Amino acid sequence: MSSTALLDIHALRQTFPRADGGELLVLDGIELQLVQGQIVGLLGRTGSGKSTLLRSIAGLMPAAAGTITYLGRPVVGPAPGIAMVFQGFALFPWLTVLENVQLGLEALGLPETEIRQRALAAIDLIGLDGYESAYPRELSGGMRQRVGFARALVVHPNILLMDEPFSALDVLTAETLRTDFLELWGDGKLPIKGVILVTHNIEEAVLMCDRILLFSSNPGRIIREIAVDLKQPRNRLDPQFRELVENIYVAMTARTPTPPKIGTAAGTVATTISTILPRVSANLLSGFLETLAGTPYNGKADLPVIADELHLDGDELFPVADALQMLHLVEIEGGDMKLLDTGKQFVDGDTNDRKHIFQRQLLSYVPLAAHIRRVLQERTNHTAPKSRFFDELEDHMSADDAEATLRSVTAWARYGEVFAYDDDTETFSLENPT
Amino acid sequence: MRLSVPISVGSGWGRFFTRWDVLAVLLIVGLLAFFAEASRHLLAPLTDLRLRPISLDPANLPEYAARTTLRMLVAMALSLFFTFTYATLAARNKYAERLLVPLLDILQSVPILGFISITVVFFMALAPGRVLGAEFAAVFAIFTSQAWNMAFSFYQSLRTVPTELVEASRNFGLRPWMRFWRLDVPFATPQLIWNMMMSMSGSWFFVVASEAISVGNTTITLPGVGSYIALAIEHRDLAAVGYAIATMLIVILMYDQILFRPLVAWADRFRFEQEPGMQAPESWALDVLTRSRIVEHLTRPFAATWRRLLLARWPKSPAVAKRQPEDRHPWIVFQWAVIVTALAALALWQVGHFVVQDITLSDVATVLLLGLATLSRIVVLIALATVIWVPIGVWVGTRPRVANMVQPVAQFLAAFPANLLFPIAVSAIVAFKLNPDIWLSPLMILGTQWYILFNVVAGAAAIPAELRAAGVNFGVRGLLWWRRIAIPAVLPYYVTGAITASGGSWNASIVAEVASWGDVHLEAQGLGAYIAQQTEAGNFHHIVLGIVVMSLFVVLINRTFWRPLYLFAERKFRIG
Repeated sequence: MSSTALLDIHALRQTFPRADGGELLVLDGIELQLVQGQIVGLLGRTGSGKSTLLRSIAGLMPAAAGTITYLGRPVVGPAPGIAMVFQGFALFPWLTVLENVQLGLEALGLPETEIRQRALAAIDLIGLDGYESAYPRELSGGMRQRVGFARALVVHPNILLMDEPFSALDVLTAETLRTDFLELWGDGKLPIKGVILVTHNIEEAVLMCDRILLFSSNPGRIIREIAVDLKQPRNRLDPQFRELVENIYVAMTARTPTPPKIGTAAGTVATTISTILPRVSANLLSGFLETLAGTPYNGKADLPVIADELHLDGDELFPVADALQMLHLVEIEGGDMKLLDTGKQFVDGDTNDRKHIFQRQLLSYVPLAAHIRRVLQERTNHTAPKSRFFDELEDHMSADDAEATLRSVTAWARYGEVFAYDDDTETFSLENPT
Repeated sequence: MRLSVPISVGSGWGRFFTRWDVLAVLLIVGLLAFFAEASRHLLAPLTDLRLRPISLDPANLPEYAARTTLRMLVAMALSLFFTFTYATLAARNKYAERLLVPLLDILQSVPILGFISITVVFFMALAPGRVLGAEFAAVFAIFTSQAWNMAFSFYQSLRTVPTELVEASRNFGLRPWMRFWRLDVPFATPQLIWNMMMSMSGSWFFVVASEAISVGNTTITLPGVGSYIALAIEHRDLAAVGYAIATMLIVILMYDQILFRPLVAWADRFRFEQEPGMQAPESWALDVLTRSRIVEHLTRPFAATWRRLLLARWPKSPAVAKRQPEDRHPWIVFQWAVIVTALAALALWQVGHFVVQDITLSDVATVLLLGLATLSRIVVLIALATVIWVPIGVWVGTRPRVANMVQPVAQFLAAFPANLLFPIAVSAIVAFKLNPDIWLSPLMILGTQWYILFNVVAGAAAIPAELRAAGVNFGVRGLLWWRRIAIPAVLPYYVTGAITASGGSWNASIVAEVASWGDVHLEAQGLGAYIAQQTEAGNFHHIVLGIVVMSLFVVLINRTFWRPLYLFAERKFRIG
């Protein structure tokens, strides 16, 4: 196997500097091998460090520890032969389609005629004929991402890195692009030897990848490796396909940080002050609970099914599931979500009852909310600056996460009328304006 | 005009002459003649200036205009070069950044007009006995009025290049040189061109001051519109003042049509976000140049050379990613701090040593008091300008058609040097026996108030149509409309404009607190008048004292008043 390994990652660790001078662990103990002819998917939630891993492979981010070996050589900077397709396309708006595609070849210092020839060939291959002199702003999202693909393929890379390349596109366009890509790849028409795909879309991973690595969050670790042996082209309605998707849902909604076995009871991990809170509005939470309580689910739903009905993809569904589970309004087990009694009362109640239940759950099960309220009660003037809690959180998480967590808890606390916050003065207080 | 060769152009000469060709040839030949004419005199000895004194005959004005224009263009080229190097260094190197950015901020606040007399001595020494030295000094003065805000704009653009584009250019192995021209410069271009236009308007003020330079008892007069104006004022020649205004108007129009409009139209492609429904700017000059086959054939070799330069693989080795140094090496940070402190101490000692020589404490006290006098004038003037221009700006900004007509007029008025109004101001003050301490003041804000108008118009135009519709729908009218919609929406823009206006007014006070018309001299009590008097007397120590105190005032007001206000407005009211 090692004779054909394109990429070999061993014991990789990535950290970000924290404001207090410490380090925040983003990726830990990553082992990954990419062999010729494979598409490997990195699947995980926001904050699982999968994009960081992709950037480390691209040589955009040096490793804190561990090694990344590409064709037997350590990766210390952007390596020729590793090209990337970006989530937001990353096209240069002032260059035409042709000029964008030529960019990588120009950087290689190739002769003018070869640049032109290869660029036109790549444009032809990816179905952009006739668009050569168009500027990116004149193209639709799907066409723009085709330019992104052509630009990456034209340098004939050994490894193609894809950073959620379809997530900025509408459902139909994304599907067309995926199918086109898989077709070209299957026919051996692409000048590449291996692909690494970052995604948070479970079905996309099962549809495209030969192997899927599941990531846990904070820090990112590989918790499972799943081989997908289905033959291409794959059918989403195939029972085997569905079963795989279901299994991955189960694994990803289990809240234990250690590799879970399918079927273990989850949702028992205690939330602490330093838990990063998901960014979900109280409105979305109540809407979700109502759907869950109504027909046809009647309080119990298969996660992939309800996600599909509500048009939520993984990245949108998991925070909702997390939040509801955290607030002990639902229980998640084996990829199924079950409404708890409190959740039922919530759905049945009127606006005031709902607020009341939400307040109780928040104070009982979200320690940060209880903590802020306690501090406010203890102070004589019942106010406290935001920085007081921000600094406290920052000891455990990145500044961005601390900011997001404070925003979440504030939004929930406002809904449950637990405490108030004034953004102008950046202070928390007990009283709402009268 | 393009950064790269268009992909498929029909080769062969085809129809040899199109009407675009005729126009293009005229345009190019005209420009060449202009450069040749304007630069002919550069190497002449200084005595030539005395042999051919400035004449008020309007027949000379085209030549004077050409020479003034050339000075401004050269200064603009220097400013661009300064921008590309200084701002790039500041944006790329963390340690350089800590020194260069505050330095630029201070440089913006230094009243350049006060400096001209000092720099002139220096540049004359560089090319002794030649016109070139005096030209250098004039160009440098104009440069100092153009460069800072351009550098700031470029630095800010470099800091905000989208991460994905940076990653893409690294992933595809772009070397720093190529990244600079392919990514950084294009991204910064629209903002930079806007700042170039502002700089060009602002620098007219300095043209007038820098072409007729007198230090102590030496007076050097370079042929140009500025010195023509100075002479006209000295001779009380109203007709000549009129000719000068007409010439300026024509030059500004030509700048707009031949330089800036094509640039703006061309730079439209570099705009990162394209709001739907925005009309793309157009320029006939750009159309002429891009549609002409002759121009295309003539520029092909240049375009090819440029392309080869662009593709140069420089430096040879690709960039290696390093762990961000951040603040990880306290030793380096410490060394850096020591170096900067040492430099600052040295500079302080130099200034102190220089100034202390024949300056007493009472001098300092006087200058501080004069500073307060000028400050009170500026406060009143900015307040007045606010009361007048904010309502007008909002009215204009919410009517796109009016805004399009007002914009060029305001741009011309912003370029209008205060000196041109001396005849009216001085005659009026003398005729009505008015107090110059009060009535000379409006001259200070003459050129700078327009920045408030520009920005308020832009702010009002940026109010989302939905917000306005909501206002109409809920019947929000009158005072409530102003309090809840107009003022909050415009405030961040207004503050930006007011900062420029107040800084510029300090500078203008050096010209505006002293006015003369023929042999009538009027003076107001103020720091500007003090610097002007000391310049005329050639008291270098007192000039430096005046400049230092003025810079101090500007920096203090910016830090304690404008910046907090800006941050507040930005946080609270920025839409979107």
